[in-house]
Amino acid sequence: MDDCQSHAPAPAMQTPLHAWHVANKGRMVDFAGFSMPVQYTSIISEHLAVRKSAGFFDVSHMGRLLIRGEAAMEWLDRIVTCRLSDLAVGQVRYGLVCNEQGGVIDDVLVTRWPDAWGLVVNASNHEAVVAWMMAHPVADTTIEDVTSSTVMLALQGPEWWRVVQSFLPESILALPYYRGAIVAKDGTKWRISRTGYTGEYGVEIVAPAAVGEALANSLLQLGAVACGLGARDTLRLEAGMPLYGHELDEQTNPFQAGLGRSVDLSKEFYGCKALEALRGDVHAPVRVGLILDGRRASRQGDQVLDGTGIQIGRVTSGTFSPTLERPIAMAYIRREMAVTGQSVSLLVRDTHVPGQVTGLPFYKRQAR
Amino acid sequence: MNPSDLRYAKTHEWVRADGDECVIGLTRFAVDQLTDVTYIQLPAVGKKVKAGDGLGEIESVKAVSDIYAPVTGKVMAVNTDLSRDPGLVSRDPYGAGWLVRLRVEGAVESGHLMDARAYEAQVSETPH
Repeated sequence: MDDCQSHAPAPAMQTPLHAWHVANKGRMVDFAGFSMPVQYTSIISEHLAVRKSAGFFDVSHMGRLLIRGEAAMEWLDRIVTCRLSDLAVGQVRYGLVCNEQGGVIDDVLVTRWPDAWGLVVNASNHEAVVAWMMAHPVADTTIEDVTSSTVMLALQGPEWWRVVQSFLPESILALPYYRGAIVAKDGTKWRISRTGYTGEYGVEIVAPAAVGEALANSLLQLGAVACGLGARDTLRLEAGMPLYGHELDEQTNPFQAGLGRSVDLSKEFYGCKALEALRGDVHAPVRVGLILDGRRASRQGDQVLDGTGIQIGRVTSGTFSPTLERPIAMAYIRREMAVTGQSVSLLVRDTHVPGQVTGLPFYKRQAR
Repeated sequence: MNPSDLRYAKTHEWVRADGDECVIGLTRFAVDQLTDVTYIQLPAVGKKVKAGDGLGEIESVKAVSDIYAPVTGKVMAVNTDLSRDPGLVSRDPYGAGWLVRLRVEGAVESGHLMDARAYEAQVSETPH
């Protein structure tokens, strides 16, 4: 058997919870320049804990920026594709940062905090987003990068509220989805939002780095399961959520990714001219879900073929779905083939595996 | 922890000699590294394999790994229980989770195989 793990040289960066991960037997791997736990016990058991009860992830590797100043909103409104001017205080919105060609530089969450505009960016694009903003500056605005001075923990799953009710105020439990609030704790600010990347309800907590270990220990003691990036990936895949570097990159535009509702062409922003033209492009391949026969999973880069063996697209992410107990994948395929129920064939390690096009997401949480 | 009557390949397969046949499986270390085994691809009965050739593949949620033939021979039987229940290889790697039975062709060239003690020494040097 191959060596299952890559023994890359020690990565440069660690989150404030690095020692905690090691102490809790996290299997550490290099991810976007950070040493991160891919799993503690097993990906499937961590995945199912989030679907059935509650699990938490250290997502401190993600970039956290606070933008302030008179023109902060105006600046961000030109940087991201979604409208910001109608956000209520405490509201969160998903948007994209695009280049002038309409390609995606990053996908981000913007929060209108009472005291600043918050931007959460992918670890792999942290520098690129900051560089893009600095290349398009607006007077009288500042960016405070709080990534290394804070931790960010994502608590996810139907039982999330049971876990936090002993240490967070009731107002947090009452927050609607995609809303956030600041909680004062020991003279520090915790920024808490009802967001996540798993398809389950939950909260993402940004707290001072110094309290990270205590917070992680509390979550563990209160019954949440520590989860690694492996489960985070299978959960977001089932939820049909794109991952930068897989479904999104600078050669892909938001429309073909199926993210058109996060693009507001009635406002001015970088890339809007190009996106206006790309909106009606019928030739660009589009993002779809695929369900495969059998148990063998397709992986990023695998070819998608039609019934006659002609290539119609390429897989961007694939795994064995712990919830559906079937292999699932996301792919970009020719638009005319992007029809639910369409039979396709996937070339998985030189073997043709039958599959069907399906709508996204693969999994939707139960209404409650 | 690794049975002393087996021989081990550096690629984490074990070999149990049984007359002119041998049984092949994966070590506890290998399956513990993988966790979450979802699929095991094994060769067709009758296929001839050479030592060092690909014998099949084992897939976890996260990745796919090749399984290599530790000796040269002809596949006499494969463990069909694994297609229904690939987790068997994790639960009982030295017993019910065996992979294939080979008829050894010629003398077993086992110079490249290790005893349990040497294999454990190799594993303990692997960073994990």
